[in-house]
This record gives sequence, structure tokens and C-alpha cells, in this order.
Amino acid sequence: MPSLIDLRRRIRAVKSTQQITKAMKMIAASRLRKSQDRILNARPFAIQATHVLRDLAARCDPSVHPLLAVREEKTVLVLILTSDKGLCGSFNTNIIKAATQFIVAQGRRKLVLGLVGRKGRDFFQRRGYEPVINRVNVFQHLNLEDARGIADMAAELFVEEKIDAVYLVYNEFKSVLQQRIVTERLLPIAKEEFRADQGAARVDYIYEPDAATLFATLLPGYVRSQIWRALLESAAAENAARMTAMDAATKNATEMIDALTLYMNKVRQAAITREIIEVVSGAQAL
Amino acid sequence: MSLPTHLTLEIVTPERALAHEEVDEVQLPGTEGYLGILPGHTPLLTSLRVGQVWYRKGTEKFYLSIASGFAEVLPDRVRLLALVAERAEDIDLTRAEAEKRRAEELIQAAKSGNPDIDFDRARISLMKAMIRIQVATKAKIRN
Repeated sequence: MPSLIDLRRRIRAVKSTQQITKAMKMIAASRLRKSQDRILNARPFAIQATHVLRDLAARCDPSVHPLLAVREEKTVLVLILTSDKGLCGSFNTNIIKAATQFIVAQGRRKLVLGLVGRKGRDFFQRRGYEPVINRVNVFQHLNLEDARGIADMAAELFVEEKIDAVYLVYNEFKSVLQQRIVTERLLPIAKEEFRADQGAARVDYIYEPDAATLFATLLPGYVRSQIWRALLESAAAENAARMTAMDAATKNATEMIDALTLYMNKVRQAAITREIIEVVSGAQAL
Repeated sequence: MSLPTHLTLEIVTPERALAHEEVDEVQLPGTEGYLGILPGHTPLLTSLRVGQVWYRKGTEKFYLSIASGFAEVLPDRVRLLALVAERAEDIDLTRAEAEKRRAEELIQAAKSGNPDIDFDRARISLMKAMIRIQVATKAKIRN
């Protein structure tokens, strides 16, 4: 039977852990509110941009701009967004699992990795992958510059035909309690499926100014906005995951403290009973 | 195919969505001049410059100021993707006027040969400020 002092010590240890998890939960909650606002407001733009670009890819001639090119996917860039810090439940485990599955499914295609976030980088570098894009510590202070850097690099590789497709694997912020892992193709841009009733609408656009000038600003901007969105999604999802994980940890700590306290009281009572018996039997012996 | 009778207008910026409505007519500032869009317009893709946008619902007109971005026009839909946009009623007139004065000062300084000042940037911010003032006053007169 453990001694009283040992039990007290354990209770104290659990309590201080609980304090930490509680504090982390609060911090994650306040960060979550901010990142949630950001993603909810940024989403419509990214979604509309996707619609426009899909319409565009279906209508126009891909030779106008190198970012519109569709080639056989021989070499594929996979951009994997993980978090920099742990203690966020299964957030990173899930994304890495999904990414690994995706990589395996690529079979004989050549792969290049782009890694954002320390957890993913650590995982894949330990397994001998050499990422072409490698960013850590972007999630603390997310800004457009980071998105631009990543996007322009991916676009450049694509234009130089070093890669034939870009895929994004990230956690989408669905709700505070749910993150959804998304694997989507960023480049080449998916073509909009035309509905039958729109048959007559399937004509090329009028471009103002001319197509080449327009695309030169439009397409890189599109890639940036999609990367930006993915970064924001991932940041919000991370904070949500951390908040739920820390909430669960705090609850578990409470339970553990209760159980330990009960046990400690039993031990204390047993010790008292034993002492009384000792005293009484001592007195009887006299 | 019969022509659509309404346009679905969507105005979004990276910061937020500004409009998602059924409208009758839209006017927007293309890089090569203002464009009036009615339902059934031929597909068009244009970049936008600093300017004002208005759209009409029945007899009511709504104004916005806008700066850079692009617009996709389809027979039944207009998508405006702007980097900066503001509804007339949200524009802070005093701030816009302060910005205008600042931009004018910058331009004056640039003209008198100060090499630290980017003339084009000052010119664009002056344009933005003026459009915002214009849009805001228009909304005020209407009310």
C-alpha cells in the first residue's frame, strides 16, 4: 500500500499538470476565436476564386498561360500542412496518416514534398524525404507573405515543368469539434463541369485587357489565395484541436484527482483504524 | 435558350464577403473603362481598377468603392473578386478626407523632387481616397 505522503505528492503533481492543461485550453480558445474569424471571412473569396478559375479553365485555351497547362502527372508536389507544436490531440497524426496514404497511392509517380509545420517536417525528414519547400514557425503569426512565398515557389516549379501537379493535404476547419482532412489538387486547375442547360454558355470569354495580361496577375493570385486559405484553415483547425484535447486532458485530471483523493482517504482511515487497534490491544495486554 | 432575368451578384474580398444578391443591373470599373452589366451579358473576364461599383435592385441603387481585383461576368452571374472594397455606408468620410490630404501632400512633395516618395503609390492612394469620398457622398445624398 502506498504511503500517505506518496499519494499527496501524486495528487499535487496531477493538480499542477491540470493547471497547465487548463491554461493551454484557455489560450487555444482565445487563439481559436481569432483564427476562426479569419478563416470564415477569407473563405468566400477563396471559394469564388476557385469557381472563376474553374470556369476559366474549362473555357479558355490552356496555351495562354503556363499555369493553365495540363500535363501527364509524372512528378507530383504534395504540400502537407501540419502544426508546429504538439499537444493538439490527433491533429498531426491524422494528417500524416492521410498524407502517407496519399503518397503510397501515387505508386510509381515521382514525388516531391512541400512541408509546412515542424511536426510534418520532423516526421518526413526522419524517413529520409528531402522537401523542396520547408517552412516552420509560420502559424504563430500567419501573414500573406508566407502564403505568397509558398505559392510562388510551387507555381515556379510548375511553370518550369519540374512538377506536373500540386496537391494540398491539410486539415479543414469544419467546426470546433471537427476537423476534416482534405486532399485537393491545386494545379492544374480542375475544369468546371458544364451542366447541360448551360450548353450555349460554353464560349470563351471576352478579356479586358487581353488574356495574357489578365492571366499574368490572375493566376498567381489564385494560387496564393488557395494557399492562404489552406494555411488559415489549418491554423484554425489546430487551435480547435488543441482546445478540445486540452479540455479532455483537464477533465481527465479532475477525474484522476478525485480517484486519488478517495484512495488517499481510505489509506488514511485504514492507518487510523490500525493505530486504534494497536492502542486498544496494547492496553488490554497490560 | 431564354435570357436570364436577374443577375446573381457576389462581391468578395479576402477579408470578407460583401454581397450575395439577386440584382437587376451592375456597373463596375474595368481597367478599360466602366462597364454596365445587364442579365444575359456575354461571358467576360476583366481586371478592375480603382473606382466605384453600383448595383440596382428594382429602383434602389447601392454603391461601393473598390480597388483592384477582377470580375467574372456570366449571363446570369457576376462575381467580383476585389482586394479592397467597401460599402458606401461603411466608409468613414473624415478618414477618407484625411487620406486624401495626405496623398496630396505626398504628391506635392514628389513633384518638388523628393526622391523618397513613390509618386505612383501616392497617386493610387489619392485615387482611392477620392473614390471613397465620392461614393460616400453619393450614398448620403440618396438618403
